[in-house]
Amino acid sequence: MEFAELIKTPRVDGVVLHRPFMPTVEGTLCLTGHHLILSSRQDNTEELWLLHANIDSTEKRFVGSLGTIIVKCKDLRVIQLDIPGMEECLNIASSIEALSTLDSVSLMYPFFYRPLFEVIEDGWQLFVPEEAFKDLESMTDEWRLSEVNKDFSVCPSYPSLLTVPKDIDDESLCKAASFRHGGRFPVLSYYHKKNGMVMMRAAQPLTGTNGRRCKEDEKLINATLCAGKRGYIIDTRTIAVAQQAKARGGGFEQEANYPQWRRIHKAIERSNVLQESLIKLVEACNDQSHSMDRWLSKLEASNWQSNVKEILTTACLAAQCIDREGASVLVHGTEGTDSTLQVTSLAQIILDPACRTIRGFEALIEREWLQAGHPFHQRCAQSAYSNGKPRSEAPVFLLFLDCVWQILRQFPCSFQFNENFLIMLFEHAYASQFSTFLGNSVAERVKLLLSQKTVSLWSWVNRPQELERFLNPLYEPNNLVIWPSVAPQSLLLWEGVFLRWNRSTKCLDEAYQEMAHIIEYNKELQNKVNSLRRQLAQLETEDSPLQTP
Amino acid sequence: MEHIRTPKVEQVKLLDRFSNKSVTGTLHLTATHLIFVESNSTSAQEIWILHHHIASVEKLSLTTSGCPLLIQCRNFRLVHFVIPRERDCHDIYSSLLRLLRPVSYDELYAFSYNPKQNDQEREEGWQLIDLAAEFERMGVPCDQWQLTDVNREYKVCKTYPRDLYVPITASKPIIVGSSKFRSKGRFPVLTYFYQEKKAAVCRCSQPLSGFSARCLEDEHMLQAISKANHNSRYIYVMDTRPKLNALANRAAGKGYENEDNYSNIRFQFVGIENIHVMRGSLQKLLEVVGTRSLSMTDYLVGLENSGWLRHIKAIMDAAIFLAKAVTVEGASVLVHCSDGWDRTAQVCALGSLLMDPYYRTIKGFMVLIEKDWISFGHKFADRCDQLDPDPKEVSPIFTQFLECVWQLTEQFPQAFEFSEWFLIQIHEHVHSCQFGNFLGNSQRQREDLQLKERTYSLWAHLLSEKQNYLNPLFSPSVAESHPVLEPSTQAYHFKFWRNMYNQYDRSMHPRQSILKHVLTLQESKRELEGTVQALKTKLQKFGVSTSPLKPQTPPRERSLPPRPHTGGERTVEGSSATENGYGELMGSFGSKNEPGVVTLEFGVARMTC
Repeated sequence: MEFAELIKTPRVDGVVLHRPFMPTVEGTLCLTGHHLILSSRQDNTEELWLLHANIDSTEKRFVGSLGTIIVKCKDLRVIQLDIPGMEECLNIASSIEALSTLDSVSLMYPFFYRPLFEVIEDGWQLFVPEEAFKDLESMTDEWRLSEVNKDFSVCPSYPSLLTVPKDIDDESLCKAASFRHGGRFPVLSYYHKKNGMVMMRAAQPLTGTNGRRCKEDEKLINATLCAGKRGYIIDTRTIAVAQQAKARGGGFEQEANYPQWRRIHKAIERSNVLQESLIKLVEACNDQSHSMDRWLSKLEASNWQSNVKEILTTACLAAQCIDREGASVLVHGTEGTDSTLQVTSLAQIILDPACRTIRGFEALIEREWLQAGHPFHQRCAQSAYSNGKPRSEAPVFLLFLDCVWQILRQFPCSFQFNENFLIMLFEHAYASQFSTFLGNSVAERVKLLLSQKTVSLWSWVNRPQELERFLNPLYEPNNLVIWPSVAPQSLLLWEGVFLRWNRSTKCLDEAYQEMAHIIEYNKELQNKVNSLRRQLAQLETEDSPLQTP
Repeated sequence: MEHIRTPKVEQVKLLDRFSNKSVTGTLHLTATHLIFVESNSTSAQEIWILHHHIASVEKLSLTTSGCPLLIQCRNFRLVHFVIPRERDCHDIYSSLLRLLRPVSYDELYAFSYNPKQNDQEREEGWQLIDLAAEFERMGVPCDQWQLTDVNREYKVCKTYPRDLYVPITASKPIIVGSSKFRSKGRFPVLTYFYQEKKAAVCRCSQPLSGFSARCLEDEHMLQAISKANHNSRYIYVMDTRPKLNALANRAAGKGYENEDNYSNIRFQFVGIENIHVMRGSLQKLLEVVGTRSLSMTDYLVGLENSGWLRHIKAIMDAAIFLAKAVTVEGASVLVHCSDGWDRTAQVCALGSLLMDPYYRTIKGFMVLIEKDWISFGHKFADRCDQLDPDPKEVSPIFTQFLECVWQLTEQFPQAFEFSEWFLIQIHEHVHSCQFGNFLGNSQRQREDLQLKERTYSLWAHLLSEKQNYLNPLFSPSVAESHPVLEPSTQAYHFKFWRNMYNQYDRSMHPRQSILKHVLTLQESKRELEGTVQALKTKLQKFGVSTSPLKPQTPPRERSLPPRPHTGGERTVEGSSATENGYGELMGSFGSKNEPGVVTLEFGVARMTC
């Protein structure tokens, strides 16, 4: 298919762009296969380049022959284009509509994008499971890397290499896989070096109504327990939801069959509920006419902050079991691809200082989200302005980022990256020139030949000139476990994302710059002192032979 | 002291408000403080509670572990003791009941507090703030405004200061006539002069207009204010009350200005609720944020139902209206409410702070409080419950003002010389009765109490530890380029001030404070700069010339050297798993207690003893 077929009017002059807190721009609107471009063709004015993939929905309005298109983006920005001429406006609108809802993955921009920078470090090669396993091997010899899923037949949403207990053979893994939803048998998520406890994740067991059991599954997870020790199973669903799942063939671990495990149920919402929550929250944030009472009641009704609190609390609980109780943990919900990953990844941020560095955080996202099979393509197909009935869209990853931001707010000196890094990840998860977040699983990405045909987000982000923006000037590495507060008074609305386009951040940005400047200057002074000291010491030693009689 | 029945009780348990933790220690009762000393010798924490800070003491019914005593403080601290013997508990309880209800001013802490300063230092402390100099700074007296001696002996208005500024055309008979037509004699006077446009902010109380009464002198007075400003043909009269309240006041012979009787006024209701509504609102707010295992829904619903942020926004909206009228339209504004000492003080003070960068400095903020709150007779004694009082007079009016300022610091992080610690510390001392500044209800009463001779000034104390209250990001150049603050009043910009209302609930606070961090850097900056100088001098002795520091930018260190591994036992200060109550691990197996590290730092208002 040619994009040209979809572009009825490639160019319109005299288009006026309105954006909140920015002067209006009049210029020429151009449509290309992947971008909406508005340029005033004057020097010193920035052009608008908007990826069609970033467009969540559009609205048209007409006053006489002047048409207006309101473009609502997945990054929550809303812009308005005034287009002279009814026909032009209709053409543009329908083109945008068509181009922003292309079904085929292979037509997405990453397949057409050619980087203008030299790829020094290929992001596709950065985080390979073998490397992570080497680290694990240096700490313990109780785990092995299994190739049972090398053709993705045992579990289509798992990667080809999986870390499993050494004593469990591949045959047992296959049997355990047949007992877990989607074949997602328990695998290692995190090894806590301090006390050797582990966190595993899986999907729900397929016990069904007649209480099926699977010896291999039991043996598999018991193999992770030390002699005489017990572990915790954290089911991210309420007991009622877990009970209901039995009717559809799912279920939870029965005490009788897993006597060494204690099950705890939490109440993280399912993905369709989360999508609803996002839509309501963004609606509340975008309505400038709210009185105080109405705003608070809308914020409450969206349930977003409640979701943040519940996810964070569950992650803290998992971390607490591992670090304070000295027990291993198995986390699962239903499919094991959403709430499960929120919990396991956040718990690692709390427990493992490595995850609070930029590289470590990238590795975490790679491990616990991309390779673990979070269905990014489905979940991020639409954002808060989707009109239609949600299919499988859900802000699961955004909620995770929100929770990370909450921890970052509480421990502002413990992260190597700043808020901009999290916002950037949010943007790229929804629309990007890079293909890191394309597809739903490793299997799909392999099939699409992404690593040969497209550029990884990490190849771009990790360039020093880009990283600059994402470094947290306050960062001072600490090797401690960081326990966030989950009291509602401690959890804030993530303004950087949800009010990003509704407020002027000039004052806040300048203050941030000033803070960075103070820190930078202090470092310079420290360096200066060190170099002067060295210089002095050197002179003194050179002098000393002369002084000694 | 005769009121203390039991000076010391041992084996007292202090329960944490939000978790199941408790510590054991000894409770001491002194003439001024209730002190809890933890027995654990290694990390023994001490809690000092000033009797004046105690708002209420409650003895709960006996439990198996002892007799619970619940103490609620005005600085939002809530402590829950369990005293083993009921007898002791009762003694402490009844002693406290007497101690926290002083019957005369002489019993207040300020009259016994002695910071070991001599008389001269004390006097200098009181001379720090000079309101005459402040009016001079604004450009008053000038060709349109003059100092009047009409209230020199407090004869016209008992609750006003002696020195008052009025339009030069307002003669004494007009002033006296106008004062008779105003509630409590509080006639229109100048509080802030915006030199750039010669526009004035004046304040007064409501007119005694009833349904039809009028007063020519009062009308003249407003005319005089209007004429003093050539930039505008009209003045705004802001009645800061909701219209309904003002209407109701008419029945009592009070009310508001009739636009037909006053020429060239633009009358405007603002709709800030009265002291009773505010008191109830804070009570509701505190109930919500003091709830154990509070859910997000209950928190947000409770926040909304308390109405607290709505009231804060109303005050802010009024102040913005005032600032716009003065700075944009160049019009003078007369502000009043009922008596002109609560809402009027809030709006005038906040409005001036928006207009004038001086009030956003540490010294300037003191001046502002001294002017609009202390000298113009905000009834601190009644509102803050200093002497055995009428509970209906108590209201967090001044607290709201401090909060509005805090909300502004959140929107304009570089506009203020001080940080929120300054605001919290002022709040602490408004209630502590440790310094003389806020005692009593009016200047006249303060003079009668001879506060300047018998007590110390808070301002001197705060200035002496100024470095603790500095905002390291403050930028005077921003103030120069944007002198007038134009805050957004979108509802979502108003936030719950956790560090005030939950200031003692450390587990809720960020575990690493950016403010503290940057302040420390500022401190070490000075030190490092000194070291650089010293090293350079030494090097010069070796005949080495060194380059000046500034222009030289050494290559940035990208990777910071990792810190030595510090074992796994420590936690980031105050951050612990058990305190947060993530989940009840009922009958958890082999759960270990963790070392709790809780130290007081700045940010929690500290007692100065």
